[in-house]
Amino acid sequence: MKSLSRLMAVTRKETRQMRRDRLTFAMIFGIPLMQIILFGYAINTDVRNLRTAVADEANTHLSRDFVSRLGATQVTDIHARVATVAQLEELLRSGEVSIGIAIPYDFDRRVADNTRAAAHILVDGSDPTIAGIADQLRNIPLRFDTAMEKERTGAIEVRAYYNPERRTPVNIIPGLIGVILMMTMMMFTAVAIVRERERGNLELLINTPVTSAELMTGKVLPYIFIGLVQLAVILIVGKLLFDVPVRGSVLDLYLAGCVYIAANLSLGLFFSTAVSSQFQAIQLTFFMMLPSILLSGFVFPFDGMPEIAQWIGEALPITHFIRLTRGIMLREAALGEMSGEVLYLAAFAVVAMTAAALRFSKRLD
Amino acid sequence: MNPNDLAIQARGLSKDFGSLRAVDRLDLDVPRASIYGFLGPNGSGKSTTIRMLCGLLTPSEGNANVLGIEVPGDASKLRPKIGYMTQKFSLFGDMTVLENLQFIAEIYSVPANRRARRIDEVLEHYDLVEQRKQFAGTMSGGQKQRLALGCAVIHKPELLLLDEPTSAVDPQSRRDFWANLFRLAEAGTTILVSTHYMDEAERCHRLAILDHGVKVADGAPQDLQRSTGMTIIEVLADDPYRAQTAISTLPVIASVTQLGIRLRVLIPETVEDALDIVAGKLVEQGIEADTHISNASLEDVFVAVTLDPGRIAA
Repeated sequence: MKSLSRLMAVTRKETRQMRRDRLTFAMIFGIPLMQIILFGYAINTDVRNLRTAVADEANTHLSRDFVSRLGATQVTDIHARVATVAQLEELLRSGEVSIGIAIPYDFDRRVADNTRAAAHILVDGSDPTIAGIADQLRNIPLRFDTAMEKERTGAIEVRAYYNPERRTPVNIIPGLIGVILMMTMMMFTAVAIVRERERGNLELLINTPVTSAELMTGKVLPYIFIGLVQLAVILIVGKLLFDVPVRGSVLDLYLAGCVYIAANLSLGLFFSTAVSSQFQAIQLTFFMMLPSILLSGFVFPFDGMPEIAQWIGEALPITHFIRLTRGIMLREAALGEMSGEVLYLAAFAVVAMTAAALRFSKRLD
Repeated sequence: MNPNDLAIQARGLSKDFGSLRAVDRLDLDVPRASIYGFLGPNGSGKSTTIRMLCGLLTPSEGNANVLGIEVPGDASKLRPKIGYMTQKFSLFGDMTVLENLQFIAEIYSVPANRRARRIDEVLEHYDLVEQRKQFAGTMSGGQKQRLALGCAVIHKPELLLLDEPTSAVDPQSRRDFWANLFRLAEAGTTILVSTHYMDEAERCHRLAILDHGVKVADGAPQDLQRSTGMTIIEVLADDPYRAQTAISTLPVIASVTQLGIRLRVLIPETVEDALDIVAGKLVEQGIEADTHISNASLEDVFVAVTLDPGRIAA
């Protein structure tokens, strides 16, 4: 009973301080809104409008038709027309264009000759994504209007389940929930203990009857609520701006969110007990941030990574949460079907919390 | 003294930080319902001792009995019984006076039905009624200190540990603060207070003087003043600097300290005719001065007990 009332006292105090700290309060709403709008629009793997230059040495009816077809794909944006391949290469090197189309003077004859390439597409291959996109340009049909189509193309059809229009935000936003929650939650608690140490509050607190567990839990509770509010903000904005669906159960999503939030808060708290200044705490969260964004399957497909990177990815809470959000939101999966992911997150939270409570000693030596 | 009359009894309490011995085999007997002072310069081990007594630091050696609870031991049993005031203001600057008191009252499990009344009492006693809605961080040094004391006593602790509580406040606030301490001691609270102010030390019922982690004197301030083992000679000279230089050459001198135009000269009691020796030296040097025997002040006591033994030639 006494323990519960002490826990509530700590929670009330944290809530009060959080409300008064304008920066923290701004972070609660500002970070999710800013990130979802920025990244929702900015991250796009469906690349269009690549700057392109054309060197059409043939300048025949057929070659002009080819160039206009290229433009019609919307993948390329014809930015410059030059006379020679050398000039194309120059533009590529200077970074003015990403794609160069080289059409030799004997283009028409080459089109008719199946053994030779009719034209060349020069690509700035330093970005593999662009190279991959340019590869698609090979499929543009090339023929004399009069010629009959000989080969059948399109025998195999790809059906994109769950995201038939292949819109990137549909894939990005469920992942973004994980990134945003991780950033804010971990940051909040990473500075929580060490800030009180810096301000001198801790020496007073550890002299009171409040126990480590009460202090730790009391500090985490208000942020779980904040995390759930953030989750709601992201879902609403995702729906309104990017039409990202929640096909599965919203309750499941919130349950998964709770466990994930707890895992991040506990990890932050553990960091906070391990460092000696707020600056170090922020450094540690940044140290966590990059692998979480790059190795979690948020941006790059998990299966494409080397095995070691996958192991690291598996250890990160965000990897499991992104699987959960994508599963629930897009594939209409139930939480029960993905219980392994939930269990990992729960175990992570318990271990980190215990470590934090043990690490935090009510002593100064 | 009957052990039940002691709030704190420590034997051989020591603390090492690496190769530094911060507190060295300290014995302490602090009677209940009294104000017990720790006097000593910075780094003399005052804070370390207080922290060991309340379980914040584990002694490297020795042990203590605080309010019947063994230290080192289960400090959680001790916490509800003691109030602690840190050297640095450690309440929450972004919360109001009232909110701070409420939080501390809840943490110490002051029963809900008595909490509001107790908080009002503290606000009243410590003259914080007008500041109740003010953020603690925006208050003056004296107000902060009253709030800190109010928070430290909100659960009516048996023992109050105060670590240099008056280092950041003006003289008037210090006087008021000590008036509060006397009132608490009269009501039965044992108070252990560390200070480096002589005038504060003088107000304590008992006093331990610490120097480099060692207790060099222990007793009631008056007793300490009576038994310095030194003859104290006050010298009033027009040119105190010259007088000091002259007197310092005497082999029997334990210490010469300048206080304004006065010099306090300490000579071991074993030296006879101390006054004549000093006066003679001044005459010999042609320095005009008035010399007389004086009673020991606490400062003299402090100087006497912290002297390097090799310095006293006699």
